[in-house]
Amino acid sequence: MISSRHTTKIRPDEIIFRAGTGVFAVLIIGVVAAIAFELYRQSKLSIYHFGWQFWQTDSWDPVAGEFGARPFIWGTLYSSILALIISTPIALGIAIFISELAPGRLRLPLVFLTELLAAIPSIVYGVWGIFVLVPFVRQLEVNTPEWLKVLPVFKGPPLGVGMLSAAIVLSIMVIPFTSSIAREVLKAVPQAQREAAYALGATRWEAIRMALFYARTGIIGAVMLGLGRALGETMAVTMVIGNTPQIAASLYAPQYTMAAVIANEFSEAAQELYLHALVEIGLVLFIITLVINMMSRGLIWSLGRQKNPRRARRILSTPAPESA
Amino acid sequence: MRRHVLTGIAALALTGAALTAQTQINGAGATFPNPIYTKWFSEYNKLHRDVLINYQSVGSGAGIQQMIKKTVFFAPGKILHFPTVLGAVVPVYNVPGVSQELKFSGDVLANIILGKVTKWNDAQIAKLNLGVNLPSTDITVVHRSDGSGTTYIWVDYLSKVSPEFKKTVGVATSVKWPAGVGGKGNEGVAGLVSQTPGSIGYVELIYALQTKIAYGTVQNMNGKFVKASTDAVTAAAASAASKMPPDFRVSITNAPGDDVYPISSFTWLLLYQDAQDKKQAKTMVDFLKWALTDGQKFAPDLGYAPLPKPVIEMEMKALDQIKTQ
Repeated sequence: MISSRHTTKIRPDEIIFRAGTGVFAVLIIGVVAAIAFELYRQSKLSIYHFGWQFWQTDSWDPVAGEFGARPFIWGTLYSSILALIISTPIALGIAIFISELAPGRLRLPLVFLTELLAAIPSIVYGVWGIFVLVPFVRQLEVNTPEWLKVLPVFKGPPLGVGMLSAAIVLSIMVIPFTSSIAREVLKAVPQAQREAAYALGATRWEAIRMALFYARTGIIGAVMLGLGRALGETMAVTMVIGNTPQIAASLYAPQYTMAAVIANEFSEAAQELYLHALVEIGLVLFIITLVINMMSRGLIWSLGRQKNPRRARRILSTPAPESA
Repeated sequence: MRRHVLTGIAALALTGAALTAQTQINGAGATFPNPIYTKWFSEYNKLHRDVLINYQSVGSGAGIQQMIKKTVFFAPGKILHFPTVLGAVVPVYNVPGVSQELKFSGDVLANIILGKVTKWNDAQIAKLNLGVNLPSTDITVVHRSDGSGTTYIWVDYLSKVSPEFKKTVGVATSVKWPAGVGGKGNEGVAGLVSQTPGSIGYVELIYALQTKIAYGTVQNMNGKFVKASTDAVTAAAASAASKMPPDFRVSITNAPGDDVYPISSFTWLLLYQDAQDKKQAKTMVDFLKWALTDGQKFAPDLGYAPLPKPVIEMEMKALDQIKTQ
């Protein structure tokens, strides 16, 4: 900054470099805007025909020309959030073990194996889901104790395919993403932080909590990346979720997601309104993803601002100096 | 009107670019006839080295869309339908403890799919299957989750035999199902059925034959229980031939006749009547004439039923409508 003020002439390669990278950055904005516009253009018929009703209708009937996104929105959010609930503790556990506890020789194979999970094509997860996971989940469902079946989340016939299978497959697919980023974030925590904690008499567990607290914004970012992955996953989900557009609290009920219905019905949709309704589902997914991303940005931003020395003190269970 | 275009399991849209040395033609359409078309195009290429036809199985809806768009922009001529081969849809099931082949009537099938018959030992099923020890297992209905011509044939048949089904569900490549779960593709449905005790679903005959899944017999219009086979499917088309409309767009589900399998359908190839490129049009007419005669012998091995003679004769005449110069 200071040096640029002192130079009388900006070098031409500097200008080219700046313009070049600037164009690339603007390109991203352009692509996102183009996607949004194209989604709007190709769903116009449906947008004007159904209006806000599209977000509130439960019916999806190509024969009658009635289209509503609500069951798909529900299925997408429900399956993604369930997947996060299952995957986050596991992914964080993996990340903590690899970055803080694992002996050096174990570290590399573990990193390699978790990242291998991310490289498996989703159709393979789907096939595994149908032939291994679904029968297992069905057994689980058949053997649900009666007193548990009273709860709405465990109601319904034991089909195997349904929300639970979808959430489990999704969570396995999300784990490598979350754990890789969380690991990198933990690696970036300055060693001095840990040493300072030890110096204050912290146990290993307390020192790790200190590191986790230090890395909290990055970890939330990692979880949100996993959420983004879960929201958009198509193939593996459609193979195990049962593809039935309904809003049900039950983990055993077959349901449907936005990405899955587009993949399933797009190639055979010949009527104009039907096609436009499918594209509008894509637009809804785009908007929801955008809102969730903005919310997670906001969360990271607000977390990054608060210093919260009290919290740090609680972790260390020792009085910390005011300037911590 | 647009609905009408969809009558059936396949559509092949043809566009392309003529190269100097050879004629290359690109087509797109349903996945259903993909195996036979691939076979035909490669066999035809062996006979006519200068003709190369490509087929993308993108789904018949997408194929029809391409065809219509091309029509709008380049060639405001009519689109003609030509049946190429026949296919059928069969009910597959997984009933614990039952090894015999089950019999279904259209009425009972419709009631099962509508969710009105919910147990395998229901009196309606038991009446058709005397002597079979049916369990009290709950019925799980499995359907295709992806838009599909297979679904179209299945619900077209059920709508013909059950007024209630026609009213509450209707006919399309995707419908609003009253009950059950969806599997993606034939393999998805077959996978769910084979793993879910008490389930019933539907797959293409070809798929059932290739994967050796058990499937039931279906009662036809004449009251006979017929197991799907290429012969029984050809019989359905032969029965419909007498009432064939000049544009060949006809549903042959629930056709009359003793040997007829009732859940059968044509698959069509779509051609422009007045294409811009007359050389390509000529090539396609020549190819189709070959496919309808010599080409038919490749059908049974791939699980498709060959067209009956009267239909082929009608098509040969109708091909004259295509302008080749």
